[in-house]
Amino acid sequence: MSESIDSNTMKYKLINLYQQNRASILEGLPENMNRYRDAAIRDFDRMGIPEKGEEKYKYTDLMWAFGKTYGYAFKAHTINVDSSTLFQCAVPDLDTHTLILENGWFYERNNEHAALPKEIVACSIREASVTHAELFAKHYNQQAQEHPESVSVFNTAFAQDGMFLYIPDGFVMGKPIQIINLLRGNNPLLVNQRNLIVAGKNSQAKVIVCDHTLSHQNFLSNTVTEVFVDEQAVFDYYNIQNQHNQSSQVASLYIYQKKGSNTLTNTLTLHGGFVRNNVFVKLAEEHAEAHVYGLSLIDGKQHVDNYTFIDHAVPNCLSNEMYKNILDDDATGAFNGRILVRKDAQKTRAYQSNKNICLTPTARFFTKPQLEIYADDVKCSHGATVGQINEEAQFYLQSRGIGGREARMMLMYAFAYEVIRNIRVPVLVERYGELVERRLRGELSRCEGCFVHCN
Amino acid sequence: MSDQDTILNDVTQSEYKYGFVSAIESETIPKGLNEGVIRLISAKKNEPDWMLEFRLTAYRNWLKMKMPEWAHLKIPEINYQDIIYYAAPKQQAKYESLDQVDPELLETFNKLGIPLDEQKMLSGVAVDAVMDSVSVKTTFRDTLAEKGIIFCSFSEAVQEHPDLVREYMGSVVPPTDNYFAALNSAVFSDGSFCYIPKGVRCPMELSTYFRINAANTGQFERTLLVADDDSYVSYLEGCTAPMRDENQLHAAIVEIVAKTNAQVKYSTVQNWYPGDKNGKGGIYNFVTKRGLCQGKGSKISWSQVETGSAITWKYPSTILLGDNSVSEFYSVAVTNHHQQADTGTKMIHIGKNTKSTIVSKGISAGQSNNSYRGLVKISKRAEGARNFSQCDSLLLGDKCGAHTFPYIECENNSAILEHEATTSKIGEDQIFYCNQRGISTEDAIGMIVNGYAKQVLNTLPMEFAVEAQKLLQISLEGSVG
Repeated sequence: MSESIDSNTMKYKLINLYQQNRASILEGLPENMNRYRDAAIRDFDRMGIPEKGEEKYKYTDLMWAFGKTYGYAFKAHTINVDSSTLFQCAVPDLDTHTLILENGWFYERNNEHAALPKEIVACSIREASVTHAELFAKHYNQQAQEHPESVSVFNTAFAQDGMFLYIPDGFVMGKPIQIINLLRGNNPLLVNQRNLIVAGKNSQAKVIVCDHTLSHQNFLSNTVTEVFVDEQAVFDYYNIQNQHNQSSQVASLYIYQKKGSNTLTNTLTLHGGFVRNNVFVKLAEEHAEAHVYGLSLIDGKQHVDNYTFIDHAVPNCLSNEMYKNILDDDATGAFNGRILVRKDAQKTRAYQSNKNICLTPTARFFTKPQLEIYADDVKCSHGATVGQINEEAQFYLQSRGIGGREARMMLMYAFAYEVIRNIRVPVLVERYGELVERRLRGELSRCEGCFVHCN
Repeated sequence: MSDQDTILNDVTQSEYKYGFVSAIESETIPKGLNEGVIRLISAKKNEPDWMLEFRLTAYRNWLKMKMPEWAHLKIPEINYQDIIYYAAPKQQAKYESLDQVDPELLETFNKLGIPLDEQKMLSGVAVDAVMDSVSVKTTFRDTLAEKGIIFCSFSEAVQEHPDLVREYMGSVVPPTDNYFAALNSAVFSDGSFCYIPKGVRCPMELSTYFRINAANTGQFERTLLVADDDSYVSYLEGCTAPMRDENQLHAAIVEIVAKTNAQVKYSTVQNWYPGDKNGKGGIYNFVTKRGLCQGKGSKISWSQVETGSAITWKYPSTILLGDNSVSEFYSVAVTNHHQQADTGTKMIHIGKNTKSTIVSKGISAGQSNNSYRGLVKISKRAEGARNFSQCDSLLLGDKCGAHTFPYIECENNSAILEHEATTSKIGEDQIFYCNQRGISTEDAIGMIVNGYAKQVLNTLPMEFAVEAQKLLQISLEGSVG
């Protein structure tokens, strides 16, 4: 397959791949997961792979990710490493329940090491579709269906495994749950991972998702995560993206919020050749709150595009969004933040801010905030800036004896810290801060304590 | 709250006061659009061959194009074969003095309050009045000619200054630019042409008044404004139409070329018939306006007050090509009843140290939808570019919508871009504060709306600021003090 393949040819190749392997994909999975597949592939046929310039992909060429040659695994490989030694996080006090997925498949011995409280259900989505059939059927593909995106219908058609997490009503997690997604292979690989998280009424949980690559092949991971947050639940979702710079990642996160629930999502992009994050938040019942944050620090020829869609469907909800990007070398970044305040969603408060620093003349940034408001008693605002490090601030620091490089570093760190400080796990604030600082210094090759040598 | 509701209800009762039809005989051609029609228009205007060729090329391009769908608008399908593409007041002879002008026509312009009458010399505005696509009368031509300024109808310019027209027409908005620009380039019937020679400061405001009068017609006019080195001109544009049940199409092009250190100020008060309370009738206003800051240090500033039209699709833009060039965009867009507006600007920074400012204020009432859509593009070689954008929306009523779609594309790291937007309704606390000081709710809303729009109204020339304020008054009746 040549690199210059067009999106239409690629679409038919993928549809063919589905049709030829339909039996393997469906094998061993119940109807409640398989029933969406054929319709999804028809939708994918209709929608195609969005071309650059289409409104939602105005600044991102998905073919950079999709136009390469990948292999596809329809069966899980057994992980041949001793997982008990895998992840000992070196940042003191970051004590988590760790779960591992390799190439989108749930590691079967996870529960031996994760030491999760017995109330929590953490298993592969394959397993959940059978053992928790009712819960699964109630939530699976419900949100993704509401926003039929090309990448998510593609996932729905192909997905065979991923993470399922259920926090029962009233349960408060003491420690965060860390989900580590590993990509490894001797050949380029396309992975469709599908996650489903259900947070019960009055429950509280924090999930940290780390995306890593273990080998230097071209990977494309196309992940769909659906999160259902029930009444009064508090749910945090932190995603640390640190894949090597030839890999591509398309991550779609769907969050559905019930009455009085409170969510926080934070996407930190440290490395990754091509990253597209879609975040859809639906504030479906009153007094729900969503905090959506993102930070990316990119260089080389990396491309990061954050797309968010906050849907204020009912009155009295709050959303607060902040995305920041620091771009070095020839990196390109894009942000598209859509806020929809539906008719009669009065007393909505929706805030959005997108701030960007371009460090070099060749770094480019595109931003497109978007407010659509159909109710009158609302307070909505958005702000966007693109600029460089303030020379006066740098001069001030230098005049006090701080070296030029160090001063720049401090200013960049301070810029990034505005996002980091919103994290609701105090030790994670420290850890993020450290990761960001090391990333800014160009020292970061891997997350501290992780056996993975990402770069 | 009930008081406020009453006032807002009053708003929806307001009537369009320019909705009369003048009993002027007009000469029209049959409905429909084809090459024959274009040749007929060209022949009627006695145009040179290159002009006909320009039209036909545009038409052939238009046939290949599709109507754009990206705007946040619900546009009913337009039957382009059901429109009359040429309508002119019958009496076509050139007027030497006002006595020869059709009294009905004069009456029309008097009703509109346009100082067509030479007696209104004191008001100091030179007017080119365009009725149903044909320029009717241009005032003060002699005074302007003394300074070397050319201000005439587009048709005359084609006959009398073909070189200038040929050089600049289509240089800023090429006929292939977009669907409506292509349509206009094919069928435009008239418009205004203005040339300010080197070093001349235009002694008075220049003004064009557009009016659609005949039924079933579309208006397609073109404005071309060239400001040579070190010149200055302030240009005003206003438009009205009668009330009719059917929708009428208006697709215009405005091109501005500003050379070294030239300054152009372009102000618009757009008040086409917006349709009735139930959204019936009204003008579809699809306009392509673009300025080119060609020379170093040139400046183009756009001010617009948009209160009319059933559907507005309009993005006055500037290409900042010359180093140190500057552009400003000030806009107040009011939508009421079932009006829809998707309007904003594009600032394309190409030259070094270019600056742009965008201030957009949207006011939505009734069941209308008002969108701001803007692009700020900093190209690779635009060192030291600076942009500030602010777009605010004010919602009056719970059935209307206010939307913003700003696009920011930055390809140079020395650029500083700021964008901010807010959407809110008039705060109850603000009204309470006024009430508490003895100001009635009605006056309070008036004060707040006025204050909200002031930043833009202040940029309008005196002549227009008064009119614009009046318009705001009518559009949001009873609310402006």
